[in-house]
Amino acid sequence: MSEDLLRIDDLHVAFSTRRGTVEAVRGVTLTVKAGEMLGLVGESGSGKSVTGFATTRLLDAAGRVTGGKILFRGQDVTKLRGDDLRQLQGAAMSMIFQNPRAALNPIRAIGLQIADAILTHKRISKEAARAEALELLRAVQIRDPEARMNAYPHELSGGMCQRVMIAIAISCNPALLIADEPTTGLDVTTQKVVMDLLADIAAARGMATILITHDLGLAARYCRRIAVMERGRIVEEASPSILFSAPQHAYTRRLVAASPTATSRIEDLVTEEERERYATVVTKPRQERAHGTPPLLEVRKLAKRFDQGSAAVADFSMTMAGGESVGLVGESGSGKSTTSRMICRLIDPSEGDIVFDGQSIGHVAARDFHRSPLRKDIQMVFQDPNESLNPRFTAFDCIAHPLMRLDGMRAGEALRKRVEECAERVGLPLDLLPRFPHQLSGGQKARVGIARAIACRPRLLVLDEPTAALDVSVQAVVLQLLDRLRRENDIALLFVSHDLNVVRMLCDRTIVLRNGGIVEQGESRALFDNPKTDYTRKLVEAIPHIETGPTLAAAL
Amino acid sequence: MVTTGLGATMVRAGRRLLSSLPALFGVLVFTFLLMRVLPGDPAVFFASGPNAGKEEIEQIRKQMGLDKSVPEQLVFYLSDIGRGNLGRSMMTGQPVLKDLRERLPASLELTFAALLIALIAAVPLGVLAALRPGSIIDHGVRLFCALGVCVPTFVSGLLLIYVFYYLFGLAPDPTGRIDVFTSLPPQRTGFLSIDFLLAGDFEGWWAACRQLILPAVSMALFVIAPLARITRASMLVSLGSDFVRTARSVGLSWRKVVVTYALRNAILPVITIAGIVFSTMLGANVLVEKVFSWPGVASYALDALLSSDYAPVQGFVLLMASLFVLVNLVVDICYGIADPRVSIE
Repeated sequence: MSEDLLRIDDLHVAFSTRRGTVEAVRGVTLTVKAGEMLGLVGESGSGKSVTGFATTRLLDAAGRVTGGKILFRGQDVTKLRGDDLRQLQGAAMSMIFQNPRAALNPIRAIGLQIADAILTHKRISKEAARAEALELLRAVQIRDPEARMNAYPHELSGGMCQRVMIAIAISCNPALLIADEPTTGLDVTTQKVVMDLLADIAAARGMATILITHDLGLAARYCRRIAVMERGRIVEEASPSILFSAPQHAYTRRLVAASPTATSRIEDLVTEEERERYATVVTKPRQERAHGTPPLLEVRKLAKRFDQGSAAVADFSMTMAGGESVGLVGESGSGKSTTSRMICRLIDPSEGDIVFDGQSIGHVAARDFHRSPLRKDIQMVFQDPNESLNPRFTAFDCIAHPLMRLDGMRAGEALRKRVEECAERVGLPLDLLPRFPHQLSGGQKARVGIARAIACRPRLLVLDEPTAALDVSVQAVVLQLLDRLRRENDIALLFVSHDLNVVRMLCDRTIVLRNGGIVEQGESRALFDNPKTDYTRKLVEAIPHIETGPTLAAAL
Repeated sequence: MVTTGLGATMVRAGRRLLSSLPALFGVLVFTFLLMRVLPGDPAVFFASGPNAGKEEIEQIRKQMGLDKSVPEQLVFYLSDIGRGNLGRSMMTGQPVLKDLRERLPASLELTFAALLIALIAAVPLGVLAALRPGSIIDHGVRLFCALGVCVPTFVSGLLLIYVFYYLFGLAPDPTGRIDVFTSLPPQRTGFLSIDFLLAGDFEGWWAACRQLILPAVSMALFVIAPLARITRASMLVSLGSDFVRTARSVGLSWRKVVVTYALRNAILPVITIAGIVFSTMLGANVLVEKVFSWPGVASYALDALLSSDYAPVQGFVLLMASLFVLVNLVVDICYGIADPRVSIE
């Protein structure tokens, strides 16, 4: 027992809310040995972050440890106060957070922020602290560290900010590092670089690390031991290979199934019992199109320049047939969202044309397109289900709104029927229709967003990262839903995503974008199995695959 | 084009100044027209007496240029303004520019002092309230702020006079900027408290400050509420933010977390509100000026308005508009210095 660096014993954490006390963590028991990297995996609300915050004593005022012990080097962290606590924080254990840009003080130069952390725990001069901060920036591989010392967080990319955050966290060589979703929101390639860096640093300095993540693949790649949490409890703890080959707990099985892999198909994403209804649809053969059918969408030499001059998108051409699904992938800044918005006619292209069903729509100003009869035919599902629903509209209003605006329907029985039909098609229980967005879960909100988009029976649905904000199990259901809608109603899908595994499953063809231009395109599976360009290969290799196993962890 | 630092701020400031010129012109024309539609005939008002003859009134009207059409009058007025001539006050018989120049420092000194007192009180109060939301301190601050807003400035002014002058005799006679026995320092800034210091006359400085304190406090009481509330609100946001959590996660001292991390970020909206408060106070301190017989621009303009004296009112409004532009500019520059994210748009 003495070799355990951290031992969490039957931890309970409760939050007092307006609706009474909510137990977020209900009896977690964990151990972390010195120098090891432990993965703590679970979906949102599982209590994994709360466990991390309880350990570093960063719970906000409403949260309280109601039971259990957190022993760090044999000392109960939950009982520490004042100076004893501060000597622990930063010096003995530190934390890396999810949103790196928000986690840094926006109006303080990053060099000073690192020096602040150093000066708290070491009695050295300001100059010496500055020199150490510079050394740390070098250690986290920031280019041109001297110049970056005086930079502010908003001048750095997300990946850079996370490196700075790592520099702050390791500044006093803590024995335990807790990384809470350290790479969520970063590009896959950046994600890999940052995680590799984190793993290297932890190994080189002998730091134990708890990697809190929702991404089983990520945890599998870097950790030798993974604990799975569900609703405040640890349901299973095992090595990645055992976890994936023979998951014991039902929740783990579901989670493993829902995590997309290089070979999984959409119908694999749920466990057997949930599959029944889906299977009937999939078997329905797709109607073959007569040869020579004109494409549904044709984009010719599309370009977009924003005021600053350089092109966000240049020379982008593509065609889509009705009922086809095309993936648009690339890192952030590659122009994929800009392209999708131009095709949706939400922003105006600088050059080029968009032909939809034989009609040129590229020259209709985005401002006026809502009056076009084709508005109904091209609909969009947005990335963030929270932000893209009007908080003052009920789910019913959200779905009814496009019907009233675009289909000219009036409030009444017919509208109610149509909204209920849409809700049924996306699997939204009808009793949820009178609810407001804040009363719905993330998955339910995503369904409302999709129901709204399909309400007017569009022929093309443009989806901008529709599952990026969702848990994997919810994502699995949403992906199935989209695929079913496409097959049942012959809706073409233009799917914008950075998640290649998802694109591979859902899309017939994939277009890879970089810096506003097409790098590579082709049939999805062939493209991902044999990428022709280095860029695509880099993207593919960066995805944490469950199959690749913990090669890195094993190497350490 | 991304330039950083002071240069960028200056360019931004210059642009801001240029873009406010049309607004200033609009204010000019609007006030001019407003004064023309107000009831009251200045010629009658300024005739020698109630029994002045028709010819005399007509003569005054001609002398004042009121016999011309409104557009003509406007053109004359604008060309005068262009030459820096704000007209002559019928009340004091002096050029408006001279009157305003004499009275503005008094108003500014009072407003600055009041804002300073308000900020010194409001920021710590807001921070205290935010550190312990829902506690006795928080409720106390809320009550204090509510009282400050509810009680009109002339009531609080009179109460202060009653308590500190009449009951305790701590404050001097509440009339004007300085008592009659103190000799004035050579005028440099127009701010008595500064002029006395420059002249090395500490006795005079103390006398001027004693005169200043009561009116400044009664004005400050009125604006502490918005400043304290905004400080509390933005401090709460700041304390709950991710970067404060980061600061705590590496064990920074309480002082460093609260002051360097939370407060410095929280102070940004306070700067904006302070600018607005300052502009409002400049115009709205007429009540305090009246209660304390403070020889400021606001009471001057009020007197002029009551006697249908066009030129001083127009001059006052123009002055206020220009000050408002200037204050916004200063706020902008302060903001640019305090927040590196503000860049040229």
